[in-house]
Parts: sequence; structure tokens; C-alpha cells
Amino acid sequence: MTAVTAGRGGRSLVDLVFRARELSIVAALVLLVAVTTGVNGNFLSGQGVKDIFLNASILVLLAVGQSFVIITKNIDLSVGSVVGLVAFTVGDFLAADHGRGIVFAVILGVAIGAVCGLANGLLVSFGRVPALVVTLGTLYVIQGLDHFIAHGRQINAVDLPPALLSMGNGGVLGIPYLPLIAVLVMVAAGYYLRSYASGRDFYAIGSSPEAARLAGLPVRRRVMTAYLLSGGLAGLAGVLWLARFGTVVADAAGGWELQVVSAVVVGGVAITGGVGSVYGAALGALLLTTITSALVVLKVDPFWQQAITGALLLLAISVDRLLALRVARILRRRNARHGS
Amino acid sequence: MTEPPGGDAPPVLALRGVSKAFGAVQALRDVSLELFAGEAHALAGENGAGKSTLVKTLTGVYRPDTGQLLLDGEPVEFHSPADAQNAGVAVIYQEPTMFPDLSVAENIFIGRQPRAALRRIDRGAMHGRAAELFKRLGVALDPEQPARGLSIADQQLVEIAKALSRDARVLIMDEPTAALSGAEVTRLFNVVKALREQGCAVLFISHRLDEIFELCQRVTTLRDGTWIASEPVAGMTHDDLIRRMVGRDLDALYPKLDTVPGEVALKVHRLTREGVFTDVSFEVRRGEIVALAGLVGAGRSEVARAIFGVDRWDAGSVEVNGRGLPAASPTAAMSAGLALVPEDRRQQGLVMEQSIERNIGLTGLKNLRRGPVISRAAERDRARDWAIRLQLKFNRLSDAVNVLSGGNQQKVVLGKWLSTRPGVLIIDEPTRGIDVGTKAEVHRLLSELAADGLAVLMISSDLPEVLGMADRVLVMQEGRLVAEIPRDAATEESVMAAATGRAS
Amino acid sequence: MAPDVTTGALGGSLQRFLRWDVLVGVLLVFVFAGGLTGSPQFGNIDNLSFALGDLGEIALIALAMTLLVVAAEVDLSVASVLGLSSALVGNLWDAGWAIETIIPLVVVVGALCGLVNGLLVTRLGLPSLAVTIGTMALYRGLAYVVLGDRAVAGFPQQFTDLAVNDVPGTFIPYPVMLFVALAAVTGVVLHATGFGRSLFAIGAQVEAAHFAGIRVKRIKLILFVVASVVAAFAGVIYTFRYGSARADNGSGLEMAVIAAVLLGGVDFDGGKGTLGGVIAGVLLIGLLRNLLMLNDVSTEIQSIVTGLLLVISVITPRLVAAVRQRRRTPTLTTQPTPEG
Repeated sequence: MTAVTAGRGGRSLVDLVFRARELSIVAALVLLVAVTTGVNGNFLSGQGVKDIFLNASILVLLAVGQSFVIITKNIDLSVGSVVGLVAFTVGDFLAADHGRGIVFAVILGVAIGAVCGLANGLLVSFGRVPALVVTLGTLYVIQGLDHFIAHGRQINAVDLPPALLSMGNGGVLGIPYLPLIAVLVMVAAGYYLRSYASGRDFYAIGSSPEAARLAGLPVRRRVMTAYLLSGGLAGLAGVLWLARFGTVVADAAGGWELQVVSAVVVGGVAITGGVGSVYGAALGALLLTTITSALVVLKVDPFWQQAITGALLLLAISVDRLLALRVARILRRRNARHGS
Repeated sequence: MTEPPGGDAPPVLALRGVSKAFGAVQALRDVSLELFAGEAHALAGENGAGKSTLVKTLTGVYRPDTGQLLLDGEPVEFHSPADAQNAGVAVIYQEPTMFPDLSVAENIFIGRQPRAALRRIDRGAMHGRAAELFKRLGVALDPEQPARGLSIADQQLVEIAKALSRDARVLIMDEPTAALSGAEVTRLFNVVKALREQGCAVLFISHRLDEIFELCQRVTTLRDGTWIASEPVAGMTHDDLIRRMVGRDLDALYPKLDTVPGEVALKVHRLTREGVFTDVSFEVRRGEIVALAGLVGAGRSEVARAIFGVDRWDAGSVEVNGRGLPAASPTAAMSAGLALVPEDRRQQGLVMEQSIERNIGLTGLKNLRRGPVISRAAERDRARDWAIRLQLKFNRLSDAVNVLSGGNQQKVVLGKWLSTRPGVLIIDEPTRGIDVGTKAEVHRLLSELAADGLAVLMISSDLPEVLGMADRVLVMQEGRLVAEIPRDAATEESVMAAATGRAS
Repeated sequence: MAPDVTTGALGGSLQRFLRWDVLVGVLLVFVFAGGLTGSPQFGNIDNLSFALGDLGEIALIALAMTLLVVAAEVDLSVASVLGLSSALVGNLWDAGWAIETIIPLVVVVGALCGLVNGLLVTRLGLPSLAVTIGTMALYRGLAYVVLGDRAVAGFPQQFTDLAVNDVPGTFIPYPVMLFVALAAVTGVVLHATGFGRSLFAIGAQVEAAHFAGIRVKRIKLILFVVASVVAAFAGVIYTFRYGSARADNGSGLEMAVIAAVLLGGVDFDGGKGTLGGVIAGVLLIGLLRNLLMLNDVSTEIQSIVTGLLLVISVITPRLVAAVRQRRRTPTLTTQPTPEG
């Protein structure tokens, strides 16, 4: 009987740790919104809330893609530069040829992003080199490519088809398109990761690459897929970026990779792989975006934003680590007590 | 060869004339083995005899250099572990590799979860089938709990459930009982016996001869990678089996010299590391060899690690020559005259890709200094001295240690530590995975060192070694010191009884 | 530099000739010769002097990074520490402090940055990649907090001269002289002292090093502090060399540093490498950048080239090793463990 009680205990303990993470993000969000609104009532005005959701949408898309990669125990630092490259090249195409529609823009953007993801995936899964170094390299290669194409020019909203711009700022029934798209992608990804056998493979690979190999799971193919998704979603995010802002220079989303990684890790996706959900990652993205907006409202120097992003990332990995150590110690004691 | 059970049916899985080499080391030499349905087959042999290599060949991890694998009498090639699994071959390792973040049920069904409409995972069916498997095995495990934190015994049961769910026809168990308590072994054996009766072919590896006699019908013996015999267990005695494994009479192996114990060199008092070991107290005197016996997982190596300062202890004290040691400082332990030859040579004992001289020099970086820089001449001299003293076989001292054989690697580890001139030597599994000749050399060396006044604490899972070498035997069970047996009273039975907690 | 790579089982002169760091040295000679014939200005003493000076900060930080990577750690935050240091110099100079006070203070801040990195890695046992990606954002963010997007100039000439001028009678700039001196010290430390021996042992087999009484945590902590101190001092040099303090100074520099170290044959998994190789790697990157610049290739392309070099330098050794492994043992699927 001891096995059962120990087991049930282990289950509820781990469950609790998980839920604690998502609950604490929600609590932090509520606290942040309450304090900010207390200082400045305009924070919760219609426009303010809409801005937060519009800004968060793009980050959520990137966070969903990044979640796939981090769950498999890898990382993709190149997403920021992919967003920049896609936003600029797609904008360039549309500005040159007004006949092209939104569908073309989205397909082109996703395709460019997927090609970048493919390159990363090939290098990481077949070259067996540390993902962080590879994607740090491709970050600069893609960024350089972007600058090379842009050559100091910028894309202006007036050159873009109005349909695209209305996708970025319009909506149906008062709900803007961007959050709709982000939520749709998030739910689809979350459902796939939870309810499909191939989705569970991502967790298995990140949880123990060695066991995954022994179990005959297609490790390389899944890692490739993760990068492909991350790249493709970064491409989609690039198109939405263009649609939302209209005006785009070469280094549009420079440095965003740090925001994305922070959002995902703050949202409870363990940097050591195998743990977390896209919902948590999306919550993390929402929290980071809200902090940025709150800083403006609270009249804090906006230059604090990057430092806070970094600090939150460090806090999240430290808390994860401390919790993991604690759980391990409790389980060790419990096993000792019940007789292992 | 004896008459196989089941009449004319070919063996489910067989090896024929298989050889496998790693660099200069011939791990398997022309080995044959036949596994029949409904039969439990034991694989016996000393450490280093080639048992693990054989298992890895059967399960597609290694491919044989020469020879054949036969499935139902037909030649097959396993290119990967997945191939072997698909052919119905399942392995239960001593410490299974699991997905700690996934649930128990998912660990069983990963990659082939039951599907509902639209190819979604049918969680209900998955948990139901896992529960069914556990019921069939007669164990109480919750399919929905995460695998993290499962005891090793439970992890093995999950692996067996996985094998069942795949309708495995061959179950290979590589020292499954090494880390289990008495009750857990009984539970495992009931499960395995039931599977055997249902027509499973079982290959069972264990160091505990009792278990072989309890569970198996036939036994194949390996020695130094060579096939020695395959024969029915019925009618054999322990001594017959040991003679096949060792290849000579036991008594000649252990040249323990009689010594008169001197003053206390190592004093361990009420040492505790929470959840690992509790309230461990003992003394080792100069000139004494004290063995620390017990099952794998009883906490012996952990005690050694804590004494040497690799791990922190939570309570208690350690004294070397009357002076207390601080917790968790190998550096302090070394300067107090302590040396630890660790259990895992490849991870803990050596820097595998570095040279012999570098490895031996690593413990004496301070003494090798001439001014601020290391003297290469001094480093080489030190290595050469010990290489000669230990009769190390090597080409050049600048060769990387990973090209040496297991026995010679162990000599490098010994040289590395003896060159620090320790007063107390803790040696964990001194002869694991090394050939019989070197084994005798190591034993002679330990005996001589003790005669010269060294205090030796020896951890060993090799019972004949414990009985042959030790002046006293301390026995640990589940993290506690449960018995102290003087040399005269120490027998295989008395030590095992204390180690397993079975009343004798 | 003493050849000190532990060669594999084959040994022999062919193997020795094919060593990676020697190859990089040969490549360096070829690039140099190619530069001499291809570009008339390249061989010009002034140009070489400039090229060396332009490398100064990368070269200095690469020394410290070599020690870290040999010990199987990495620090991605060095460029951010450089930026923080530059921002501090600017801010404090603007506030009327004397340069003589500012420099020691900046170095102390650098040490603190390294301490944070090192403590998170050694005390919490977090992976250095994850920690330093967080502090990369944090320190850069703090740089912006300190200086915003201002640029501070007008530093006293005696200091800016020191950062630019050659040592009298030579074509070697002062910072390069500093590099030569530090390289000599680093070479001795890495290849001839007990400390260096410990680093190789830690990188190759950390557990064995711990069991041999090497104070792994303390040594790693020291390495992180040294890396940040060097980066902070490099920030001072950078600021004076360009005569301008900005928060975004040196962004992306970490990639050039890591590329140089890996290009020099230091194994990213630790335990292997020579300082000679790293110096060759640094010079190679410097010469390539200089040649690209002389041929009017845009800075964007330079960024692409450095990124590609990083990817190539991390992936080539693995491919070579994989091919060699396959040729030696055609059927081996895992690490050979010839034990019973």
C-alpha cells in the first residue's frame, strides 16, 4: 500500500508546483494591473487594454513557437531577427506590387520564417551542436541579411495595401484580429501538444533524450519540427508586425529573442526541457507586455524594461531550480521513509 | 548442450558465434546462447566477463563484429534498440531510463498511445490499460502519477508493464535485483515467474547465486568474454557455478597477510545524510582492511563520498588520526591524509581523454610546482614511479587513459591516489570490471599496503573478495549499519542475511 | 604557445599536423598572403595597426572566455558588461568625476557582474548559458538605465590617446600591447600551472576533478569574475577608442568573441583547446573583417560573415569527429563500455 500513498503524494506535489506557477503569474498580473490603475485610472481604459493585447499577440505567437523548441531541451535565439527579416521583405514586396493580397503576404512570411527554422533545425538536429551557439550565429546571419536587403531604407504605411493595415488594427465585433489569431494558434498548439501522440514526443525528448532514443522516438524529426514551427510562427509574427506598425526599419524586432525566451521561461516552460505548456508561455508573454505598458503609465524610465526582462528571466530559472531541488529532497525523504 | 524444453521449437532468440571488440579489448569471443519460450535462463559471470556487452548485443545497442542473431531460428539484424523492441525483445535495466516529467502511463505507452477519434490520444483508455497491466502484475501503482520520484523497484515494474503492453516474448533483466530490498525482490520474482509460465523467454543476470537457483532453469556462464558452459541449473551446486565463473579454486585468490591493527586512523561517528544514510559509526585502524558490504543502493558509496567530502553530511563527525574533518571539502580530506578510489572509474576516477601522467599528477598539483609553473619532468617522474610499482602496461605515459584496459585504468587510479601517500585509503569496488589477473595484483597490493600500516576501508559487492580480504566486515542495509562481523565469523550466508534483512 | 591538446588514440605526426589549431594558423597565413596580394592598402603599416587596434576588446575578452570554455562554461553577457561599463564611464564623466576614480569603480562593478553570473551558476547549479542569457539582458538593460540613449563624448585627450596611439617606435597600439602581456600570462596560466591543469580536468570530466580535490565551484566563480572584469576594462578602452560612451556599445561583440574561441579549436564541451589556437582565431576574424572593410563590403555582410564563421567553427569539428568515428568503428552506436 505504501507505493500507492507515495505515488498519490508525488502526483499532487508535482501538480501543485505546476499550478502554483500559472496561478502566481495571474496573481502578479492582477497585482500589477491593480497598482497601476490605482496610480493612473487611464491604464484600464479601452484603448490601453487594447494596446496591451495587440502588443502581446505578437509576443504570444513567438512564445508558442519557442515553447516547442524549449520543451525539446533546445533554444531558438534567431526568432527576433526572423521577425525583422520577414517584416521588411514582405513589406518590400507589397510596397512594390499593390496587387498582392493578405494571403500572399502571410504565405510568403511564413515561408521565409520556415526556411530560417529549417536551417536552424538541420544544424541542431543533424550537426549535434549546442542549439544556443548555432542560433546565436544564425541570429546575426539573418539580421545581417535583413540589413543588407534594407540598405538603410524603411517601409512606410502609405506604401502598404490598406487591407493588411486593417488586419493589424481592425477586428470583428470589437475584438481585434491580432489577439484572435494569437489565441487560435495558442489553443491549436496547446491541444496538439497535449492530445496527440506526436505532441507528447516533444515532452518525452526534452524530459530524457536518452530514453527517447531507446524508445525509438523520431528525435531528429521532432526537433526539426520544433524549429520549423518556431521559424514559421516567427514568420507569421513578422507579417502581423508589419500589419500592426506599418512603418518598418531593418532592426524592427532587434533584441526580441530575449523577451521571447523570458516570456516562455517565466511562463513555466523549464529551460531544461520536458516541462511546461504554451498557455503558461502565453501568460508569461502577457505579463511582460503588461509590465512594459505599466512602466509607461507609471512614468518609470522605459529604459528599465530590458533590465526587468533579464531580471525576470533570472528569477524564473532560479525559482524553477530551487523548486526542483526541493521536490527532489522531499521525494528522497519520502522514499527513505517508506523504504525504497 | 542439454535438451531444450518445448521439443522441436527453435529458440525464440539466439546468438551464434558472436564476437565483439572495443579497440584493443575483446569483450565477447565466439559466444552462443539460446533462449526458449517458457524458460528462465541465467547468465552468470564475474564483473567484466562480458555480460553487459552480450545484453547490448541482444537488444540492438551494439552490433556484433562476427556471428549471428537468430529470431525464431531466422537470422536477423537489430540496427537500433527500436528494432529489438519491435521484434518483441524487452530489457529491464538495473536502473531504467524513464521520462521523469511524464506520467507512469505515458512512460508505458509513449509513441503508441491508444487513439480515439481524429487520432487524438485516448487518455481514459491509456490509464485504464495501464491500470489493467498493473493489476495483472499485482502491483499498486497509480498510472497518472509522474515518473519522477518513483523508487527503482517501481521503475522496473513500469518497464515490465511496458514490455507486457508490447507483448514482449523475450524479457532480459540486467541485474534487476541489485538495488532492491528483500520484499521487492520477492514481488519481482512473483511477476517474472508468472510471465515465464505464460510463455515468455527470460534472460536473468544476477550476482546473487541464490536468485539464479530460485528462478532459472538453465544457466550460461561467461568468463573473460568467452562462453564456458550452458547447462541445466538442477543438480548444480553453488561451488560448481563459482568454479565455472572464476575458473579456479577460490582460496588461492586472496593473499591477505595477517597484520596487527594499530591505532585508530579513521573514526566515523553518527554520520547522517538525510534520506540517504543514517547514524553510521565505525572505526578503521592502521593496518586493517575493513570491508563495507551490502546491496547496491544500501548507501555504502554514499557514506564513502560523504567521508571524503564529495557530498555534504547533515549530522555526525569524521576524524582522521584524531583530527576532525570539515564537511564537504575533498581538499581538506586529502590534506588530512584521506584518499578515495571511487566506484565509477570512467566518470569519477579518471579524466578519460587525458594522459596517464596528467591523471596521476592531478592529485599532486601543489607538489609538482617549481615556482608558479608545473614541472613536466616532476610530473613524468611521479607517473613513471607509480607505473613501474603497479606494473602498469602502457606504451607512453603521454597516452590517453581511454586506450588502456579496465584493469590498467584501475591501476592508474590507484597510482593517482597512492602517490598522495595517504594514511587512510577508501576504495570503492576495487576490482569491478577488471580481468582476473589484475584483480589478484590489486588484492596483493591492498594486502601489502595494509601490512605497511595503511588503514583501508573497502566497499565491495563481490562477496568472495569481501570474505577473502577483510579483517572485519561492516554490513549496511537501507542506509543503516546493521552488522559488524569479524573475519572468522564472516561467511557468504551471514553477510547476505544481514545485507538483505532476512532473519537467518 | 606550448602545444597542449590531448590528441586521441591515433597519435602520430599526421594526426598532429591535422590538429585544428594548426590548421587555423595555416589558414591565417593564407588569408594574410591573400590580403597582401588582393588589396594594396592591406599591407600598409597604418592599416595593420588599425586592424589590430580594432580587435583589441574582442582579443582581450577572448582570453578570459578561453578559460571559461575550457572549463565547459560560457559567458554570453560579456558584451553587455562592456556596454554597462561604457555607460558608467559616460554617466560619471558627465557628472564631473575624474577618470582616475571612474576606472577602478567600473572595474569593481564588472567584478560584481561576474560575481552574480558565477554565484548563480555555482551555488544554484544553473546552466551558464541560461544564466548569462538572462544577465545579457539585465546588464544591457542597466546600461540603458544608466545612460539612456545619450552619447557622452569629450573625454580627456591623454586617455583617448592611450586607447588609440601606438607604443612609440612600433606599429602596435597600447591596448594591443596590453593584450600581448595578458596573453602571455594567460598562456602560462592555462598551459603550465596547476590552475590550468584544473581547468582542463574540470572541462573534460567535472566529477573526476571534484573527486581529485579540485575546488570546482571556487575556480568557476573566479573565471566568471575575471571574464566580467576584463569585459568591464575592455569597455573603458572601447569608450576611449571611439571617444564616445553609449549604452549600446559593443552589442553583438559576444558573438565575435565566442566565434574566435571556437574557431581557435577550443571544444565547446570543454577540456580541449590551446591559447595559441585562440590567438590565431582572433587574428583570423580580425583580418577577415579588415579585408571586408577594405573591399568596401558593408558592415551587414561583415555581421553575416562572423555569424557564419561561428556556425562553421562549431559544426566542423563535430563533423570531422563523426566522420573519423564512423571510419574507425562502423557499428558503434554508443560510447564503448567494455565492462561486464
